[in-house]
Amino acid sequence: MKFPDLSMSTPVRLRDLIRQIRSAKTAAEERAVVQKECAYIRDSFRDEDNTWRCRNVAKLLYVSLLGYPAHFGQLECLKLIASTRFTDKRIGYLGAMLLLDERQDIHVLITNSLKNDLNHSNQYITGLALCALGSICSPEMSRDLGGEVERLMKSTNPYLKKKAVLCAVRIIRKVPEQFDVFQNSVRSLLTEKNHGVLLTATALVIEMCQQNTHALQSFRKLVPNLVRILKTLIMSGYSPEHDVSGISDPFLQVHLLRLLRILGRNDSEASEAMNDILAQVSTNTENSKNVGNAILYETVLTIMDIKSESGLRVLAVNILGRFLLNNDKNIRYVALNTLLRVVHVDQNAVQRHRATIVECLKDADVSIKRRAMELCFALINPNNIRTMTNEMLEFLGTCETEFKADCTSNMFLAMERFAPSKRWHVDQMIKVLTTAGNSVRDDIVSSLIGIISSSSDLHGYTARQLYKIIRNDITQQPLVQVGSWTLGEFGDLFVNGQYEQPHGEEHIQVTENEITDILERVLNWSISTVVTREYAINALMKLSTRFPNCSDRIQSIMTYYACNMNLELQTRAVEYTSLFTKHNIIRPSIVERMPVLISNSSSNPNANEQQEQIYQEENPSNDAQINHVPPNEPVVDLLKLLDEPIQTNGSIHPHEQQQNPLSSNPLTDLLFGDDISHNHLNNNIIPPMVALDKNGLRIVFTFEREDTLLTIHSKATNATQYPITNFIFKAAVPKTFTIELYPPNSTIIPANNSGEIHQIIKILNPNKDKLRMRIKLNYLFNNSSMGDEAELNTFPEQCYN
Amino acid sequence: MIQFILLFSRQGKLRLQKWYTSQTEKSKKKITRELIATVLSRKPKMSSFLEWKDLKIVYKRYASLYFCCAIEQEDNELLTLETIHRYVELLDKYFGSVCELDIIFNFEKAYFIFDEFILGGEIQETSKKSVLKAINDQDVIQEEELEEKRSVLEDLGLA
Repeated sequence: MKFPDLSMSTPVRLRDLIRQIRSAKTAAEERAVVQKECAYIRDSFRDEDNTWRCRNVAKLLYVSLLGYPAHFGQLECLKLIASTRFTDKRIGYLGAMLLLDERQDIHVLITNSLKNDLNHSNQYITGLALCALGSICSPEMSRDLGGEVERLMKSTNPYLKKKAVLCAVRIIRKVPEQFDVFQNSVRSLLTEKNHGVLLTATALVIEMCQQNTHALQSFRKLVPNLVRILKTLIMSGYSPEHDVSGISDPFLQVHLLRLLRILGRNDSEASEAMNDILAQVSTNTENSKNVGNAILYETVLTIMDIKSESGLRVLAVNILGRFLLNNDKNIRYVALNTLLRVVHVDQNAVQRHRATIVECLKDADVSIKRRAMELCFALINPNNIRTMTNEMLEFLGTCETEFKADCTSNMFLAMERFAPSKRWHVDQMIKVLTTAGNSVRDDIVSSLIGIISSSSDLHGYTARQLYKIIRNDITQQPLVQVGSWTLGEFGDLFVNGQYEQPHGEEHIQVTENEITDILERVLNWSISTVVTREYAINALMKLSTRFPNCSDRIQSIMTYYACNMNLELQTRAVEYTSLFTKHNIIRPSIVERMPVLISNSSSNPNANEQQEQIYQEENPSNDAQINHVPPNEPVVDLLKLLDEPIQTNGSIHPHEQQQNPLSSNPLTDLLFGDDISHNHLNNNIIPPMVALDKNGLRIVFTFEREDTLLTIHSKATNATQYPITNFIFKAAVPKTFTIELYPPNSTIIPANNSGEIHQIIKILNPNKDKLRMRIKLNYLFNNSSMGDEAELNTFPEQCYN
Repeated sequence: MIQFILLFSRQGKLRLQKWYTSQTEKSKKKITRELIATVLSRKPKMSSFLEWKDLKIVYKRYASLYFCCAIEQEDNELLTLETIHRYVELLDKYFGSVCELDIIFNFEKAYFIFDEFILGGEIQETSKKSVLKAINDQDVIQEEELEEKRSVLEDLGLA
C-alpha cells in the first residue's frame, strides 16, 4: 500500500481554492494564485500521488473553466478513470469530457477503460462510461465499442438502455456505416413503457431516417404505433412524474411529432394516418404557457410539412395567427418564422393575418422586425399594393439602417410587379428614395432610370417632381443621381411646361438657368460622391443642346473641370470640351434624347444588362472606351488565328473607372507575338475545378484559355435551405499575374440549388507561372454575416503551362 | 441536437460549458467570447432567440446567470426553453433554492446533474424524479467511499 508523502501537507481543498481565487482583487493576483496552484498540481502529478489525484484534477477543471490551460491534466484523467474508486471515475470521466476531444491522440487510450467500465456490474459506472462515449467518441472508438453499445441497448435496465440508445445516435452520426449494427434493435425499443427509453428511441429513429431513405421507408410502418403512443400521452390522466404545467411529458410529445413529420413527408398514406391525432393535439393542447405552445408549434410544423388535408392546414395557420397576438415575444418570433415558410406555399391562408403582421413591424426586437418585413413583402399582391406600400414607406422611415437597403430593393421589386400605374410607381419610388437616403443599392438607381425612361408620358412630370425635391436637398445621393439624369434628359420638357400638371400642387415655373444651377451645385459640392458628380456632368452636357441659352455657361463648366483632380471627371470634361470645339457639328446628335431603355422584364434588379446599356449610352464620346470595345473581336477577324470565337461576355466594362489593362495586352501580343498561334490550347481540354465547397456553398471554376490570358467562369451555387445574399467575391493573385474581376450577374444565390451567381475573372499570366489564387467571400446567410477564405493551389496545369 | 451549452454571469464569467461537437480550444474560446458579448448586449425587450452562423441560439436569464443553448435548425426553440427550465428546476431541487454561488462552488455537481439529464446533445430522461434519484444514489456511493478512506487514514494516524 502506498503511503501518502508525509512531508507534503494535504493539498488545498477545491472549495478553498475557489475561495482564494474569488477573493483575488485583480486579474494579476488571480493569475498568481492559479499559477502557484497549477505548479503544485503539476508536481503532484509527477509524483504519482494516487490519494489526492482526484482533488487535484477537480481543481484543474475549475481553473480551466476560468480559461487557464489544463492540458497537462489529460493523462491524469485517464488514470482516474482506470481507478477502482467511484469518486475517481466520476471526476476522471468529467475531466475527459472537458479536456479531451477526438482530435487528440491521447483520446484512444480511453477506449480500454471504457470497454471495461461498459461491462461493469455497477450501473452507475457503466452509466458514466456511456455518458463519456456519447459526448466525445471518435470514429475509431465508435467502431471499437459499437458492439458493447448494442449489447447495452438490449439490457433490461432502462437506466442503461436509454444512455446506450443515445450513444448509438452519436455513433451513427460519426460513422454512418455502423448503422446496420443498431437497426434491428430499434423497433422493440418503441414498445417500452419507460419515457426515457421512448424518448431516446425516438431520437434514434429520427437520426436513422435522416441518414437512410430505406430505413425511412421501413419505419413508416411504425406510424400507427407512434400515433397510439402520442394518443395515450394526451389522453392519460395526470402523471406527476412527467408532468409540466398540466401537460404530460411535452418533451416526448414534441419528439414524436417531429418523427411523424419526417415519416409523413411526401407520403399520403402515412399523412392520412396521422391526420386525426394532429387535429386532436392542435385543439386539446393548453396554450396559456410556453410548454403548450412548444407542442403546438411542433404540430404546426408537422401539419405544414406533410400531405395534410386543407382543413388541417387552416387549423395550423390559425394557430400561427393566434401566436402572433400572443404577448410573449418568443411566440411571436416563432410564428413569424413559420409563416415565412408557409407563405411561399399558401399565400392566401396567411393574408388573413396581414394586419397583425404589419403591426409586428413596430416590434422592438430586430429579428422580429426583419421577419415581419420579409413576410410583408411576401404578402403584397395587386389588391393590397397601395396600402402595403404606405405601410412599408412608414416602416422605411423609422427602421434601422441595416434594413433600408433590403427594404428599398424589395419595395422596388413589388412595385415593378404590381404597380397600378406608371405614375404611381414613379411617385412612390421617389418617396422611397427620399426616405431611404443613402442606403439604397446601386442597381435601384439604374432600374428606376429605366422605369422613368420607359414611361414616355411622364418624362416632364418626373423631371418636375425630382426638381422640387433636389432644389432643397442634394444630400441623398441615389435620389440626386436619378434627379440629375432625369433633368439632363427631360429638363427641357419641364421648362416648357410639357407635362401634366399634378392636381392640388402649385405650379412651378422654372428657367433653364435654374436647372443648370442645381446641376452645377451638385457637381461642385464636395460632399457629392464621384458617381453623383458623373451623373451631373453628363446631365449638364445634355442640356447644352436642350438649353441653347445656357450652352456657353455649360461649356465654361466643362473647361473648368478639364483640370479636375478626379481622373474620371477630367476625362469626361476634356472630351465634352472637344465636343464644343472640334466636334461641335456632331454634338447635337451625340446628346440627343435617348431612346426608351428596354427594361428587363425579369424582376431581378441585379441584372447587369440594364447597367451596361445605360453606361454605354452615357459615354458616347468616351474615346478611351471605344478602343476597348470587344478587344478580341477585331483581332480574330484580322488574324484568324483561333479556331473558336473567344467569349466576349461583359466586354464593355460597366465600371468606367477601371482601366482595361488586359484588353490591350492580348491585342499587342497577338500583333507582335509570332508563337501565339502555336501555343493556343483547345479550350475543351481544361477540366473544371471546385474552388470551394463548404457549408452548402459551392463555387466551381470553368476555364478558357488563350495563351497568357485565362478566363475563369465562376459559378456559385447554394445547396442549403436558406438563400445567400449580399454575396461578395474577392480574389487575389501573386504579383506576376494581372487579375480583373468582372461584376457578377447577381449578389443573391437562391436556396436549394435553384440558382447561381456567375462571375467572370480574367487573369493575365505573361510569365506562365504556376497559378495560385487566394479568394475571400463575404455574404449574408440567414441574417448573419459570414466570411470565408481559401487558398487555391490546385489549378489544372493547362491553365498556366 | 444541442451543439453546446454555456452558463455565464452578467459580468461575462463562464460558469459551465458543455460541448457536443469537436472543436479546438481556440475555437471554443472564440465562440464563447463572441456569444457572451452578443447575448449580454441584448435588451430585455428582445426575444430569447437569435440566429448565429447556421445555428439557433436560445438563451434565458435566471437571476444573475445566463443559460445559453445552441441548437440546430430543425430543433424546436420553444422546447429548448423548457429544457433549460427543466435543468434549472433540477439544480433547484438538488441544491435547495439554487443560486450562482452554488454552481460556482459545486460546479462538478452541476455537471453531474446535467449529464444525467442530457447525453450527446439529446435529452435522456424526462422524469425529474429519476434524474435526482440517480444523482443521489451516486452521491451516496461517493460518501461511502469517503467514509472508508477517512477511517483508513485515521487508523494509520494520518487524518
